[in-house]
Amino acid sequence: MSDIKKIKDYYIDKLNTENNIEKVNNIKSELFGKNGIISNEFKKLGSISVEERKKLASDLNNIKDELQNKISIKIQEIETKEINLKLEKEKIDVTLPERNIEIGKIHPVSQVIDEISSIFSEIGFSVEEGPDVENEYNNFTALNTPDNHPARDMHDTFYLDNNKELLLRTHTSPVQVRTMLKGKPPFKIIAPGRTYRSDSDQTHAPMFHQVEGLHIDKNINMGHLKGCLNYFIKEFFEVDKIKMRFRPSHFPFTEPSAEVDIGYEIKNGKIVIGEGNKWLEILGCGMVHPNVLKNVKVNPSKYQGYAFGIGIDRLGMLKYGINDLRAFFETDYRWLSHFGFDPLDVPSNYRGLSR
Amino acid sequence: MKFTVDWLKNHLDTKFNNNQIIDKLTNIGLEVESFESSTSELDTFIVAKIINAKTHPNADRLKLCDVDIGGDKTIEVVCGAPNAKNGLLTVYAPPGSIIPKNQMKLSVSKIRGVTSYGMLCSESELQLSNESDGIIELKDNKYANKIGEKYFKNTSEKVIDLSITPNRPDCLGVRGIARDLSAAGVGKLKINKKSNLKYKGNQNINVTIKKEKAQGCTIFGSCLIKGVTNIESPKWLKDKILSLGQKPISAIVDITNYVMFDLNRPLHAYNADKIDNEIIVRSSSKGESFEALDNKKYILENDMCVISDRSGVLGLGGIIGGTRSGTEYSTKNILLESAYFLPRSIRKTSKQLNIDTDAKFRFERGIDPLSIEEGLIKASELIKQICGGEISNLDVKKIENYKKTIINFDPFLFEKTTGFNVENKELIKILEKLGFNVSKNKKILKLVVPSWRPDITQSIDIVEEVVRIKGYEHINTSEPVKTRLKPTLNYYQKLFHFLQRSVASKGYLETVTWSFTDSKINQLFKENDEEIPIVNPISSDLNVLRNSIFPNLIFYLKKNLDRGFKDISLFEIGPAFKGKNPGDQLTVIGAVRAGKVSRLSWNDKERIVDTFDVKKDVIQSLCEAGIDKDDIVIDDKAPSYYHPGKSGGVHQNKNEKKALAYFGEIHPNIIKKLDIKTEGLVIFEICLDYIKESKQKIKDSKSEYKFSDFQKSERDFAFIINKNFKSQELVDIIKSVDNKLIKSVRVFDVFEGENIPEGKKSIAVNVTIQPEEKTLNENDLDNINKLIISTVESKSGAKIRS
Repeated sequence: MSDIKKIKDYYIDKLNTENNIEKVNNIKSELFGKNGIISNEFKKLGSISVEERKKLASDLNNIKDELQNKISIKIQEIETKEINLKLEKEKIDVTLPERNIEIGKIHPVSQVIDEISSIFSEIGFSVEEGPDVENEYNNFTALNTPDNHPARDMHDTFYLDNNKELLLRTHTSPVQVRTMLKGKPPFKIIAPGRTYRSDSDQTHAPMFHQVEGLHIDKNINMGHLKGCLNYFIKEFFEVDKIKMRFRPSHFPFTEPSAEVDIGYEIKNGKIVIGEGNKWLEILGCGMVHPNVLKNVKVNPSKYQGYAFGIGIDRLGMLKYGINDLRAFFETDYRWLSHFGFDPLDVPSNYRGLSR
Repeated sequence: MKFTVDWLKNHLDTKFNNNQIIDKLTNIGLEVESFESSTSELDTFIVAKIINAKTHPNADRLKLCDVDIGGDKTIEVVCGAPNAKNGLLTVYAPPGSIIPKNQMKLSVSKIRGVTSYGMLCSESELQLSNESDGIIELKDNKYANKIGEKYFKNTSEKVIDLSITPNRPDCLGVRGIARDLSAAGVGKLKINKKSNLKYKGNQNINVTIKKEKAQGCTIFGSCLIKGVTNIESPKWLKDKILSLGQKPISAIVDITNYVMFDLNRPLHAYNADKIDNEIIVRSSSKGESFEALDNKKYILENDMCVISDRSGVLGLGGIIGGTRSGTEYSTKNILLESAYFLPRSIRKTSKQLNIDTDAKFRFERGIDPLSIEEGLIKASELIKQICGGEISNLDVKKIENYKKTIINFDPFLFEKTTGFNVENKELIKILEKLGFNVSKNKKILKLVVPSWRPDITQSIDIVEEVVRIKGYEHINTSEPVKTRLKPTLNYYQKLFHFLQRSVASKGYLETVTWSFTDSKINQLFKENDEEIPIVNPISSDLNVLRNSIFPNLIFYLKKNLDRGFKDISLFEIGPAFKGKNPGDQLTVIGAVRAGKVSRLSWNDKERIVDTFDVKKDVIQSLCEAGIDKDDIVIDDKAPSYYHPGKSGGVHQNKNEKKALAYFGEIHPNIIKKLDIKTEGLVIFEICLDYIKESKQKIKDSKSEYKFSDFQKSERDFAFIINKNFKSQELVDIIKSVDNKLIKSVRVFDVFEGENIPEGKKSIAVNVTIQPEEKTLNENDLDNINKLIISTVESKSGAKIRS
């Protein structure tokens, strides 16, 4: 008994001072290996008397447990120490920059087109398109603007041939013509796209964007036109109330025609939409002229409705406080980064039009 | 169209104040552009104070004055006046001012080596008195708090400037505007006084309107006024002409102009003594010429409407007169013309000759054909009053009679169009005040359209007249009906939006560039497309429609590189034009990437962008837009603006001959030609029109979800193969060994050189084998491996590396 007690005390002492995992493992096999000290003690049990055996076995088991326990605690202790030491060494400066982020952007014109489409989609409009190159008929004549009409002077037109047969569309209205010619009423469409006029200065670009609207059915009147545009303007500018003014005007392809102004004021050098006593013209509209309906084979005594044309770039400038129209088309990296939108920022009804 | 409220009141009895009139004009469709005093040359002269007057360094008699001109601005003026002293209030004229005395325009100038910004004025220079010894001395008590304000009060009446839409020629005269206002309830239209003009003798210059097919004149009215004394116009007339923004010339010219703006009735006065015998209104012959009142010589084409005499062309009818018969101060006898010219003829001629005049502007829109006499009488009266003379009987020649326009109007159309109702009584009242003659036939109104309204031809025009006079504020606002007739977007429109945002999310900035471009750059990208020139380009470097999306993108890429940006990713989605007919266009995404990846990264190695960067961007974008990656086939054919060895085409599947996208390095020649300074430039393009819509919607195309629990195994192989052998083909060969078992084949290493024979390369692939029915034992796997090796070797000529 005293022998094994000595052995135990000796090894407990040894384990207490030991800090090397290998050496602890050596002690483990010294004690419990095939020919380990404790293992050998157990082997001896067979050769002694039953009474002695009982006592010795019990002592041996206690010592075995104590030592094993000590060893496993020691191993855990050393391992924890080692891991802590390792972690300490591995500490990095997490304030160092991440790998390069490449942030893409959506152009304001595209974003505004998506906003517009989302709003009109809510009230049942679908999107139509037409080509940028148009023939004279679709761009003018079918729209009740014959060649000798002075209204043509309002459009500085780019031509592709000397006979002035082919041109770059001066407005999105020819999409009305195309849509009605290829289908049957009712029609309820918007048509956003590029448009072209040959003037260029601070406020005019030779290319700009418009969205056309057309709603033709049996009983569509000017009240519906007013309601539709009122809804659109409020939604677009994301305001509850908007001051809006319908004012008589003239377009050859609509009658009666109107221009729509919205109220604004300048506050701290920034334009505030919807309030104030100044008026800003933002779109032209009217009831589709019976001559146009006849030209596209729609019976004006059965069907009627409205059309409108809105300058997209202008709307974007107003909503997002962009001053210079020309900058839209100059591809300055800084401008695109500044005014561009995150590609995940998709305008929609349920997520909100803009963030 | 400009006029003063005073002038308006010659025709309109009204108690409305100016602002009410202005608001009403806009509300009835006569848009007010501005309402302000006409600018005067005297506006620039302002009250100023000399802060400090010191002697000029190079001239004893000159002074150098610091002058406070208001708005916290001080400028330096050199002044020779002996009375210039500190604290003096005086009148300052900035550069650009015109000095009334000598009509000299001031500019910034150096006086004895010192720059003087404008000048300080004497009373004589401003024509206030003859005092020229010194500059004006203003009294402190009156002017001390007016520094920076205008010295001369602008006393001219405020001018209303209307933007008249092309359908309203009648409102190009003040009377027409007054009529519209009266219909809208702004007072009463005054009745024209009956003329008690005495006529003496006949108009004895014979007038003939030739009956020709292209005749542009249908009525020619005239009278002779003999023994006039043409003088400077009286003040009231001069003021009227000035308020129009025009310069007074002489009484006779001013009177014809005045009547044109008053009644919208253009007139022309000839020096009757210069007319050779008779007036012939006819069509011109090619080559005829005349010198017009704008001092230009015009050579005419066939069929232009000219007023001529026996010696030739006097003028272009309704557009511009000629110098040969123009009136001058010495003119004694005049022939006054009041005619009707056809809008179409006027428009054609003026376009051909590129002439724009007030008369042309009016005739082109349609002048009241029944205003011939009214115009002659009004002008004659004024001429007699101002210049004296005897007036002959009026002579009116016609080749066509005016036909009334009659519209049978059903008042129901009004409510049907506008959505609100107006009582018949009110409707009739509005129309009558606008000059319509209204009679009733049961429910239908028979309307005779006034002769000054050529724009009104059908019932809808009547609706417009009534609703604009009644006021658009009466139109209800109906809640939008949400009924949808069809889906908002079709497949290609959705694709457009998906791809646009998908490409942007790869780090590209979207741009929008012109649809036209510089033919010299376009040339580099146009391939076999025909060039599409614009006949009237805005500038010579935007002279063709772009055949490709790239010319502008590359142009602007270069601009940004020149600004000092190095790593640039740009894209545009828009049209590329393939022909000049409508519809000959494709919707294309073009993207460019320049510079390096991981530039200045502290932990990643930086490298130049390469073909596989854009290949990833294009393939990933296509997959995100719904194209099946497993079907995509790549080939090495790309347009000539790509690097021939480092570019490829993307096919939607193995059956599609046409590539829907290309990617790769740009051709080095282009970089050289356009002098693009960058380390690397790779591009890709996707043609949306070439993407084929899947026959199945996503809700129908999801296959049953299957997975296998059996052990999968991975094996690596390395093959020595011909250098030009495509890795895609090798992968396909391996997959073809057992399409069911082989789930994926990844190329993980490619190299040439050391230990590899000349003309060969080593490709290492990792093959994943995933059984679905049973676990494979070593033997099964060995068999598959052997089969893979033998198939590859026999089909590709490759050798397995041992």
